Amino acid sequence: MQYCIETRDLVRIFKGKNQTVKALNRVSVSIEEGEIFGLLGPNGAGKTTFIKVLTTLLLPTSGEAYVGGFNVVKEPNKVRRIINLVSGGETPGYGILSVKENLWFFSQLYGLSTSTAKEKTKQLMSDLDFEEYANVRMAKLSTGYKQRLNLARGLMNDPKILFLDEPTLGLDVLTAKRIRSYIINWAKQETKGTVLLTTHYMAEADEMCDRVAIIDHGKILACDSPQVLKEKLREIPIAKLEVSSIHADLSFIENLKGVVGYSQTRNIQTGTTTLKVMARDESNFSEIVSKLNEEKVKVLSINKAEPTLEDVYISLVGKGFEEEETSTHD
Amino acid sequence: MIEQLILNLKVAYARLWVRVKGSNREPEWIIAELVIPILTLSAYIYLYKMLKAPAEFAGFVVIGGTMIAFWANVLWNMSAQFYWEKETGVLELYLVAPISRMAILLGMALGGIVNTTLRAVAILMAGTLIFQVPIMLNEPGTAFLMFLLTIIALYALGMLFASLFMLYGREAWHTASLLQEPVHFLSGFYFPARYLPFVVQLLASILPLTFGLDGIRRVIILGEGLISIMPNIIALIIFIIILMPLAKFALNFMENLGKKEGRLTLRWQ
Repeated sequence: MQYCIETRDLVRIFKGKNQTVKALNRVSVSIEEGEIFGLLGPNGAGKTTFIKVLTTLLLPTSGEAYVGGFNVVKEPNKVRRIINLVSGGETPGYGILSVKENLWFFSQLYGLSTSTAKEKTKQLMSDLDFEEYANVRMAKLSTGYKQRLNLARGLMNDPKILFLDEPTLGLDVLTAKRIRSYIINWAKQETKGTVLLTTHYMAEADEMCDRVAIIDHGKILACDSPQVLKEKLREIPIAKLEVSSIHADLSFIENLKGVVGYSQTRNIQTGTTTLKVMARDESNFSEIVSKLNEEKVKVLSINKAEPTLEDVYISLVGKGFEEEETSTHD
Repeated sequence: MIEQLILNLKVAYARLWVRVKGSNREPEWIIAELVIPILTLSAYIYLYKMLKAPAEFAGFVVIGGTMIAFWANVLWNMSAQFYWEKETGVLELYLVAPISRMAILLGMALGGIVNTTLRAVAILMAGTLIFQVPIMLNEPGTAFLMFLLTIIALYALGMLFASLFMLYGREAWHTASLLQEPVHFLSGFYFPARYLPFVVQLLASILPLTFGLDGIRRVIILGEGLISIMPNIIALIIFIIILMPLAKFALNFMENLGKKEGRLTLRWQ
């Protein structure tokens, strides 16, 4: 069977002056046509490197990668004809040009006739609900509207495969929702668009993706549908604790007996921290609570939680994204 | 093949359009690119007048001032352009498109030529009228040919620089600054390069501008013809023959190197 995207033992090593980083470590994935495939991992996990190799922006150190059946190293121009890339937090063109001028310009990179480009521009602006900004200079757009323009630009050439690198990064809730639902509909259209999405928003991956691969330190740790991944955690008790401190060092939790993993989210407004702890047995939670009390961290509430993709990640790595990013940067 | 050629021509036109549209949208360019150059010209012309230099020196300065606009354009809007586009993320969008990077460079060059010609003509006309520059143009066709070859050679150099600057980090800015003044001096923007010491003239001969500027001045100000500037024409043709393929080679080389090292889309290095 020919997959829309396929990689075999893909390795990418970055050699710096003082260190060598293995950004991709024998990554093998197969993505089918019409699938929304998510790559979920913390910053520095290798998500963007993976997308850059597949979009011909970066050469792999070893291994093979095929997009639309074309080898990304040997046939880059054939790959480029059927793809497009939308990255979050990017400037989608020239600030001095208006929205529709930018879209026309990028349509020319794919050889569209001016009349087709105009039609596409109109349709995409209407679909993404920013028609009234057609004549506004890009530099004057808000982050949310810039990202709508970016997505419209990425769809101008009707790509068979759309690469989305953190497409909702820094967006407000409503715009992010709008963009997510548009992409879901786009992938399910008659002509079946394939999407490879990278994100570190768990809920986004859960909502959008048919399948998710969890990546950490360049390695795929798990790959399945969000439901199946979560289902595997059903037997592991998960508790959500709200504690009354945002400054306390809670890293001791990972060393407590029976703890599979934990994550913490600090809420500066309320001055509390939400802890999510996974344990081998429910009885382990009482020990965690008493240890927190010993450390003078007051437990405000404790609730049983349903497994999420974040928990899947925690169960694989032992800690949440925030903790993982902190330890990586240390 | 033909389909790809048409696509690349469309791309070149689109990039030209962006450059022309973008540069002329805000009227501040009139002050920055027309009024200030004329002020600079004035300083040199009055200096020559004070020194009682021959009248044609004013003409040399006006022609030099006109051509400086092209050099500035090549340096800042051509050579360093890929660097800026890398910083804004637009370079990435070019690189994932099924197009020749040379088409982008060609569009940037043509757009730069259109824009700068408008500015250069305005500087030339204003300078000539204000300072009553003596013109002895006997062969307008030769002047046009000389101008055309100079511009092609200059922008071919710009294409080569653009490729080399593509992988640069912040130092692209400094490199452009570093190249600006020495080229003004060596190619003789405000005085004929033939007055420079022989060794310096030899050094100046690695720049297409030196030959172009000298040829244009001789045709427009001194009234010389095709035969007498033939060495300049041959030199410029040689520059074009060498620089164009070199630019294409450098672009492919740098793109590959960037993909290998991961520096092509890495910003704020």
